[in-house]
Amino acid sequence: MTRLETRLRALRDDGRKLVIPYVMAGIGEGWTDYVLAAAAGGADAIEIGVPFSDPSMDGIVIQRAGEVALARGAALGGVLGELKGVSPGIPMLVMTYYNLFYRAGLDRIAGTLAEVGVGGVILPDLPIEEVGPWAAAAAGPGIATVQLVSPVTEGERLVRVAAASEGFVYGVGLMGITGERLKLADTAVDIARRIKAVSDKVVCVGVGVSSPEQAAQVVSAGADGVVVGSALVRRILDGGNPLAVEGFVAELRSAVDTA
Amino acid sequence: MSVMGHPDSAGRFGEFGGRFVPEPLMPAVIELEKTFEEAWGDPEFRAEYRRILREYAGRPTPLYHATRLSELVGTDVWLKREDLAHTGSHKINNVVGQALLARRLGKTRLIAETGAGQHGVATATAAALFGLGCQVFMGEIDVERQALNVFRMQLLGAEVVPVSSGSRTLKDAVNEAMRTWVSCLETSHYCIGSVMGPHPYPYIVREFQRVVGEEASAQFADAAGKSPEWVVACVGGGSNAAGTFAGFADSSAKLIGVEPEGGAAIGKGVKGVVHGMISMFLQDEFGQVEEAQSISAGLDYPGVGPEHAYLAAIGRASYESVGDAEVLEAVRVLARSEGIIPALESAHALAWVIRERARFKEGESVLVTLSGRGDKDAETIAKASGAGL
Repeated sequence: MTRLETRLRALRDDGRKLVIPYVMAGIGEGWTDYVLAAAAGGADAIEIGVPFSDPSMDGIVIQRAGEVALARGAALGGVLGELKGVSPGIPMLVMTYYNLFYRAGLDRIAGTLAEVGVGGVILPDLPIEEVGPWAAAAAGPGIATVQLVSPVTEGERLVRVAAASEGFVYGVGLMGITGERLKLADTAVDIARRIKAVSDKVVCVGVGVSSPEQAAQVVSAGADGVVVGSALVRRILDGGNPLAVEGFVAELRSAVDTA
Repeated sequence: MSVMGHPDSAGRFGEFGGRFVPEPLMPAVIELEKTFEEAWGDPEFRAEYRRILREYAGRPTPLYHATRLSELVGTDVWLKREDLAHTGSHKINNVVGQALLARRLGKTRLIAETGAGQHGVATATAAALFGLGCQVFMGEIDVERQALNVFRMQLLGAEVVPVSSGSRTLKDAVNEAMRTWVSCLETSHYCIGSVMGPHPYPYIVREFQRVVGEEASAQFADAAGKSPEWVVACVGGGSNAAGTFAGFADSSAKLIGVEPEGGAAIGKGVKGVVHGMISMFLQDEFGQVEEAQSISAGLDYPGVGPEHAYLAAIGRASYESVGDAEVLEAVRVLARSEGIIPALESAHALAWVIRERARFKEGESVLVTLSGRGDKDAETIAKASGAGL
């Protein structure tokens, strides 16, 4: 079991609902302060997005944030370098697209991730059929590779994807791309229960979870936690400072704690 | 075993290809693979596909012995006239096949990406023919520079969606089509326009374009009593080249794919994983995809189909490039020697033949796929030659 999974399971087994915010790396000078702010607001882990030129699973907010970061020259190696010495006291995961790892070299990146204290990765364009080479590189340093379960991942495939997922299982709340939605999709309510029927792993639900109210709904429906990206990144794009990030994460924290 | 046969069970051509899509799309591409395999093995499906190509799309297209061009070049040149197919290019072959697949899948709508608009127009055409809805994603920059094709698509009943993200060109239109597809999988089939994307698309599109090479091979044997020594086609994503090469891969012909200098994914690219496939891409040292630059919007793609990357890797085909100036000159040469205005894309293949003419030996024949007609490019050509329209 990876260190990430051990840690998240322990929290879950203590009855805690998990809050996992997402920030875009390199979005501004001092972006690592957002990481620290999220931790201060009560996050249990944090996803650090690394910008890619062709983010085919991301909606407009994450796309914009990525464009801003790329225009500032953000790159995988540089971002990871800036994380060195940042100690938020919670697990860090990197979320990006596979080409950045592929280009840099899988073994090299796995080593660097471990070195800077990143415990897991989410690579949405690396499904279980293709994860082999990366999983082999990540095994040594103990980097967890989180897999996505979608509303149309069913039957035997659902069992296989959940079994392959490390750290936690990422339940995709709806059939679509990342982004805020006014109303929580029915599939976001349903998905944790479906995953838990075939797996005892920690299940967090993201994509289309946009507000403290929706986060509360998701955990009330049985999820162990929520991933919130676009709603937070939009606040940063709108000029929010680290305090605003801390405040929004605290709202999410309190919403899931009282759900 | 055929050089251009079935990809392996993981959708690989050698080390290229595969299926790198987010989990929400996996069930759909798996279903598509299964449906295609059944359909392609079904004589009724094939018969209907062939019937539509014959009665509606104008197949077989002629193989034309370009004698005046041959004299100019000093070698024997033959043109496979895909410019004479309905909608003006080989793109119709693929969209007819995919529209039939969409119907078999029970889908009522096609979505597609387009660069120059040729695939968009072809998709809109097939949608109209089959009574399907149609939504075409097109980069904002391309919408501006291909206004005529935008109007043609709209006239055919399609909705054209301008894409404002990223570089606002073809690669971003692909991203947006994939983003949209995931939210309408139940009703919509994603009709990819080239031999690219996640498995099974590169295989499906090549099979639907195979008709180009198979016809050309039979026509050439009939007319010349032999096989051509050289087979040449332009390559962006590489669909007309894949279809052409499929008819000659097991012959002794030298296969030449001609890339634009500013978009030479095989010539100047690096192995990567983008748009669902392992292939060659123009990208920076960090893995960010770079923009292609070509006078031909249809070749303005920073990647290439995985099977081409494979054919290059095993040495079965060679990929060389030509520049915009040579391409414009080739348009002029063909127009004046044969009375045919080629598409800028297709003119890449001709430009290579003209430039490399010293490489052809006495008695050798060169077969060039003229993938499309140049009417759509009149404005671009006029502008590039300093003439106004």
